[in-house]
Amino acid sequence: MNFIDAKKLVYEYIRRDEEGNVEGILTALDAVDLEVKQGEFIAILGHNGSGKSTLAKHLNVLLRASEGTLWVDGKDTLDESNLWDIRQNSGMVFQNPDNQIIASVVEEDVAFGPENIGVPTDEIWKRVEKSLQSVGMLQYRAHSPNKLSGGQKQRVAIAGVMAMEPKCIVLDEPTAMLDPNGRKEVLSAIEQLNQKKGVTVILITHYMEEVVHAHKVYVMDHGKVVMQGTPREIFSQVETLKSYRLDVPQITLLAYELGKAGLNIPKGILTRQELAEALCQLY
Amino acid sequence: MLRDITIGQYYPSNSIVHQLDPRVKLMTTLVYILSLFIFRNLASFVVITIVLFAMIKLSKVPFGYIIRGLKAILIILIITAIFNLFLTPGKPLVEFWIFKITQEGLKNAGFMTVRLTYLILGSSILTLTTTPNQLTDGMEKALRPLNKIHVPVHEISMIMSIALRFIPILVEETDKIMKAQIARGADFESGNLIKKAKAMIPLLVPLFISAFRRANDLALAMEARCYKGGEGRTKMKPLKYKKRDAITYVVIAGYFIGIIALGRI
Repeated sequence: MNFIDAKKLVYEYIRRDEEGNVEGILTALDAVDLEVKQGEFIAILGHNGSGKSTLAKHLNVLLRASEGTLWVDGKDTLDESNLWDIRQNSGMVFQNPDNQIIASVVEEDVAFGPENIGVPTDEIWKRVEKSLQSVGMLQYRAHSPNKLSGGQKQRVAIAGVMAMEPKCIVLDEPTAMLDPNGRKEVLSAIEQLNQKKGVTVILITHYMEEVVHAHKVYVMDHGKVVMQGTPREIFSQVETLKSYRLDVPQITLLAYELGKAGLNIPKGILTRQELAEALCQLY
Repeated sequence: MLRDITIGQYYPSNSIVHQLDPRVKLMTTLVYILSLFIFRNLASFVVITIVLFAMIKLSKVPFGYIIRGLKAILIILIITAIFNLFLTPGKPLVEFWIFKITQEGLKNAGFMTVRLTYLILGSSILTLTTTPNQLTDGMEKALRPLNKIHVPVHEISMIMSIALRFIPILVEETDKIMKAQIARGADFESGNLIKKAKAMIPLLVPLFISAFRRANDLALAMEARCYKGGEGRTKMKPLKYKKRDAITYVVIAGYFIGIIALGRI
């Protein structure tokens, strides 16, 4: 059974004028189908306004679909009584690290989630320690979040979600506001969680380099899923990606251009090493 | 420059006063302030002074640190003293031109100055030895009975702790916006008061917009982490009374009775 099962999901933002008449309808999600299995690492790509953040908010029931069905962990998101179960099981990390840290001490912030779901005090302490450990932030437990770097803050936010022991974690552009170092830190923390703890990861981003290690990639444009497949399948279609205003990773682009110039290089090169090997094969 | 502002000037140490339950400290401060307004004679003044200095000693906060709090109210202190000195009717001691100093005036001025000084010193011990978080926690727990008359105690304390968390962020943001506006030719320094106030508009408007946006984001993030109000919430660091807290309660009760008794002599 799929952990996340979305069928024909539609969400519309309805704009109204002062009298409440409908002025315009913006279809943010247009018949989206999404299937994610437990333990998978899924990446959702898309340009600004492609509907990827709207989709993310559905997985945590911050928004509810106008049409279609969405089942998370075998529970219907349209059923009000499932709300807290689903939120607990699919945690969410947002873009701005400052706007999602609630407490003035790192460990107290990580404890916020478990406190909300009524975990007993000694269990909270254990969970806080475990989840801070899993993102490598344990030595900062007594610090103020204001003194941390962006990457560290975002790792604290991930720890805060992990402390609720979710089966799935949805990250809505977690690296968009970080410098390259912070981005690397956060990504390796996410990959660790996926590989070592078996947490299902849904990473929403517009940085191509981040999705290379994903099991499956979805590309969204104007509220529709327009491409899906493994990173290799997706990145071998450079022209199609460009038509959705997306860039491929630099290495893939280099390989593609070399191929276009006449060299015999396979499509969908993802890493530097692969390109080096492909080039060595030539001579 | 703006970054250096510290709110709730906590002085870290592990003295006995620091370790007390924040509820006990709140209660002690309240009783102490009450006693300041009850006392009338020299005997109770001596007792109050001894208690104050004993508290300062126990808190291990350097005396100079505590005195610094007085700077802010120095002018109020002087004005109160002068008004009391010259405007209290009674038996005149000295008279010159239209001014006269009465015996009662002298006494009132002295007591008032001592009261205000001790008030600031006593309450700064509270803020110096308690972190803002402990303080809001303590208030939430101490005010819980008010829940019965529908005072949203949990929400109020949540608002306070979030406000404390966001002060440094908003200060930094103000700094950024200010620099951005200065870079585009805004002038915050020159001109009279009205001109200066008007110059604040291009600073305040973006600041407010961004604060609202942050509030919106934070609300989403809190909801995503299953926040549903105070009901059914557990605590990572629940407040629990220890032996020393009970002892302190007994001591302050004794102190309060003593002050009332002394006032009747």
